[in-house]
Amino acid sequence: MKAIIEVRNLIKRFGHKQVLRKLNFSVQQGEFVALLGSNGAGKTTLLRILSSLSKPNYGEIQIAGYYLPGQAAQVRKKLGVVSHLPLLYGDLSAEENLKFYGRLYGLSDFQNHIEEILQLVGLLKRKKDLVRTFSRGMQQRLAIGRAIIHDPEVLLLDEPHTGLDQDAANMLDTLLQEIASRGRTVVMTSHDFPRVANLATRFDVLYKGKIHSSKLAKDLPQHGLLAYYQSIVDEIDTGGGIQDAA
Amino acid sequence: MQPKTSFFKAMFAVVWKDLIAELRGKELISAMLVFALLVIFIFNFALELDPKTRSALTAGILWVTIIFAGNLGLNRSMSVEKDRGCLDGLLLAPVDRTAIYFGKSIANWIFMLIVAMIVLPIYSILYNTNIISPALFLVILLGSEGYVAIGTLLASMAVQARTRDILLPILLFPVILPVLIAAVKASAGILSGFPFSDLQTWFNLLIVYDIIFTSVAFMVFDSVVEE
Repeated sequence: MKAIIEVRNLIKRFGHKQVLRKLNFSVQQGEFVALLGSNGAGKTTLLRILSSLSKPNYGEIQIAGYYLPGQAAQVRKKLGVVSHLPLLYGDLSAEENLKFYGRLYGLSDFQNHIEEILQLVGLLKRKKDLVRTFSRGMQQRLAIGRAIIHDPEVLLLDEPHTGLDQDAANMLDTLLQEIASRGRTVVMTSHDFPRVANLATRFDVLYKGKIHSSKLAKDLPQHGLLAYYQSIVDEIDTGGGIQDAA
Repeated sequence: MQPKTSFFKAMFAVVWKDLIAELRGKELISAMLVFALLVIFIFNFALELDPKTRSALTAGILWVTIIFAGNLGLNRSMSVEKDRGCLDGLLLAPVDRTAIYFGKSIANWIFMLIVAMIVLPIYSILYNTNIISPALFLVILLGSEGYVAIGTLLASMAVQARTRDILLPILLFPVILPVLIAAVKASAGILSGFPFSDLQTWFNLLIVYDIIFTSVAFMVFDSVVEE
């Protein structure tokens, strides 16, 4: 299988603080990777660099055959990004938001496509309603619709379950499974272990700006993600050190 | 579907989005308008000018009103993008980022002109002097263009800071001074009935500053919004 995301020796500093330390990370096409780690481990920073919103201080990044930051515009065409903020306009309707982003992505004659997306995210009946009247869960589903409007090869999600109730989170999971089943590559950060355990095909643990360990879902015992993560935390606590596993 | 975004398509998408959102929310124009009217009222009652002095001060009062109200609009226009993370949404699009800048600038310009068009007749009534003229409208057109050109750029910069509400006027007002002086001088000349040839220097200055400010913003916007 070919790697759709390839990151080598990535360094990111904010002032004197080094957040990513020669991080190596690789994702194969069609994989669903969950990035786990405590707050401050560098998950969001890594996603912001991959999404071209932040520039690295050092390192080589290749996404879908294009390099960052030099070929950022080409990379952006291949990416869909969902963060814990919806990136939607409250004073526009669901349909108008998708229409706006569709135009920014250069789509034309996309009315039917918008209807399909709204159907997929379960908001077709609310398409004329203003986004500010939506619940947090509905906004997050629409945010996924926004992120996939241009049919990206890679979907990056930064803690998409934040602030969602059980029902909304379940709907989001169903939606993500549907997207992943279409062969799209997904990289998601999360603290919600039971949920990611059912979604991801690989789990990478970040610790102090490096990938500490990586495990395929098929190599984990059932319901074993939490135990696996706990064993890594214990290893770190007892001074187990950091290895590049990716 | 053709995934290729032209500069103008992206630019007009941003203008369309800002106009539709404002039509619904009416937050920006109403805030600018209320503020502008308050400034006019305050000047009217605080100064209590005789007709002759009032006429001499009209251009200054008018531009102070437009500039202060415009500052409010610029701040609001960018904070809407920042608060819901929409700025990231714009920056994630595979478009030339200057298209986003021009889209925001044009929308801000339209809002400023709408406010000016409402303020002019109210000012005329309140101060009992007719200031509505095509030449004055031309000065407002040129002056506000220079103002939003650099103002949108500086608002994009200030919005990244926690103190954005204070930061924008501190950054903007010193930079905008040449445009303000030219606009006030040209407006005062028009209201005093001077011939156009006497005012050409001020018009030229406005045009030159509009070109400089727009060019600078065009060149540096990408770096300004980069993290």
